[in-house]
Amino acid sequence: MTILVYAVVAWVFAIGIYGAIISRNLIHLALCLTVTQSSTYILLLALGYKHGARAPIFKDVKLGTAAVDPVVQSLTLTDVVVSVTVIALVLALALDVHRQSGSIDPDDINTLNG
Amino acid sequence: MSWALPLPVAVPLIAAALLVMGGAVLPRPVQDAIAIAAAATATAFALVILAASERHDVLHWFGGWHPHGGIALGISFTVDPLGAGMAALACGLDLIALVYSWTFMRRQSQTFNVLMLTLGGAMAGFALTGDIFNMFVWFELTGVSAYALAGFMVEDLGPLQGAINFAVTNTVGAYIVLMGIALLYARTDALNLAQVGRTLEHRPADRLVIVAFALIATGLMVRAAIVPFHFWLADAHAASPVPVCTLLSGAVVTLGIFFITRVYWTAFAGPLHMHEDGVRDVLVTLGVLTALLGAVVCMLQRHVKRLLAYSTISQAGLMLFGVALLDPRSLAGVAALVLAHGLLKGGLFLVCGIILVELRDIDELRLHGAGRRLHGTAVLWLLGSIGLVGIPPVGIFLGRQLLGEGASEQGFAWLAAIGAIASGICAGAMLRAGARIFLGWGAKEDDLLSPEPDEQTLEHHVSVRLMAAVAGVVIVLGLAASLVPGLEARTQLAAERFADTSAYRAAVLHGAAHGDAAAHLSFSFLTVDTASALYGVAALAIAAATAAFGLWHRRLPEGFRRLGSRVLWPPVTVVRNAHSGIVGDYLLWLSAGAVAVAAVWALTL
Repeated sequence: MTILVYAVVAWVFAIGIYGAIISRNLIHLALCLTVTQSSTYILLLALGYKHGARAPIFKDVKLGTAAVDPVVQSLTLTDVVVSVTVIALVLALALDVHRQSGSIDPDDINTLNG
Repeated sequence: MSWALPLPVAVPLIAAALLVMGGAVLPRPVQDAIAIAAAATATAFALVILAASERHDVLHWFGGWHPHGGIALGISFTVDPLGAGMAALACGLDLIALVYSWTFMRRQSQTFNVLMLTLGGAMAGFALTGDIFNMFVWFELTGVSAYALAGFMVEDLGPLQGAINFAVTNTVGAYIVLMGIALLYARTDALNLAQVGRTLEHRPADRLVIVAFALIATGLMVRAAIVPFHFWLADAHAASPVPVCTLLSGAVVTLGIFFITRVYWTAFAGPLHMHEDGVRDVLVTLGVLTALLGAVVCMLQRHVKRLLAYSTISQAGLMLFGVALLDPRSLAGVAALVLAHGLLKGGLFLVCGIILVELRDIDELRLHGAGRRLHGTAVLWLLGSIGLVGIPPVGIFLGRQLLGEGASEQGFAWLAAIGAIASGICAGAMLRAGARIFLGWGAKEDDLLSPEPDEQTLEHHVSVRLMAAVAGVVIVLGLAASLVPGLEARTQLAAERFADTSAYRAAVLHGAAHGDAAAHLSFSFLTVDTASALYGVAALAIAAATAAFGLWHRRLPEGFRRLGSRVLWPPVTVVRNAHSGIVGDYLLWLSAGAVAVAAVWALTL
């Protein structure tokens, strides 16, 4: 079970990066980044998961009831919030690139080599 | 003093929010004044915190969540002199860049001010935090505001491409860091660096801890522009407005180096103590590679901002191998280097802004002889370049001397020579560019240098006098950075405290303040040791030779030139082609580098 989770994390991270490397479209590239990022959610949530434990809501619950780790959940939320801004920015830049050049292929806009 | 710790972060962020809200109604000079006042306040508080932290570590627990029985649940800012110094440098450069932009960045000045303040606050948070997940948030916030600033000139493709390359590579770097943080949390159930260090302290390093360290270090190395993670830096610098370049080179990059050091000493020094050699070898190798590759590519640039950017990469290599030596004296050298380099390089970028305004271009060959009438600018350029050579006793000299002493104590005396060679080549390239632009020396054509597109200038009603004054102040401060009486002793004491992990833990987890650490500091003047002075002179000779070669290599004998180009051209072409400007290629290098570093450590430690 746990090995499987880590394998999924590595796989999702790797295909995200692979997609970004071969990407010929900036919007596709931004989505690949989201895929890569999803691997961090899976890892964080898997680390806090406990079999048979409930959600970390402690209202009307007996003390000592097992719950999954709430810290990783809030880390995941923070991660979502922080990364949404980055993705939004990349998409906005892609929009500007299209406005300037009529293309969203990163290879077409290359003015900075060397 | 504890109450003041959040202020270098909070003041700029609140001012940024106010400017967003009031942007429509407030007149532009008021907005600029608010931005500058906020940055000045942040800088002042950072300096006050620096003074307080020299006595003992200063802590602030957010929301009053103090540690209980040696267990830290809350988030803390934990500040020692190196952290406070880093925050002061970042805030100070932010202030300088904002003053400089008063006339230079008129269009969209509201957005520009907001982003600059956000970047300043985020950098201060990065430098002050004592919590590793909090660090990740500052890492991302620094990044996102810097990406937006790099792409500020959205009318051109160059800035957009630079910003995209910057954003994509650094975002992947952030995910790698986050993976490392998650693994570290899984092992230790803690995010506070002192707590993590306490938990790992007496355990041998298992694979999980090693991989976590490798991930965090490589992710931060993306930000620190270490080969092979450095590609974004030159693209981002080439296209950014010059005040942004000042911050990128002066503080954003060096914060990456700073946090690698912070994480190593507070969290991993215990478990990796047995494997110091393995950690050192990999990081020293990467540092040397970065220093030399950055210097060589720097020499091949004709776009002056790009040239300065590669010299930043080269200096980042020096800083990394200084950190990698894992001893306090080299660390003190890195701290002095960060300070002097940040000011001088920042100042040189500001001089680039003056060139852009006066001459409407930033290309060394196209500007051949065009700057003959700009005497003041030429002097500033010369002073800044000389400061980066590291001749005694000015500029980066103190940093290189301490670094060299630390290196020879550790049996890596040759690193001092690498430092001199790298600094010499970069400074030589700067002197060559200056000689071409301001004196009209050398050939008008040079096929060695990379071709570059035009760069547009932005403003028409700028006060060059203000810009020159700001650039002059920064460069003089940078030159004087080695001469400040007592700085040598202070950085050394600060570095020793930085590396004293058990005192750090005691201060964070048990509130144990060690006695007045700064009590026995004296105001001693810089002592120049002979070896470092010789390295300084050698660096100057290398700089002169590099500049002369760049200007007059066509006068070399024909046979010699043909032989040289046959031997040197293929590797130069390979290196140049690697800097393709295409983000996919950069990601490929990044992931290959990260896998290689993690694999080497996981298999050998």
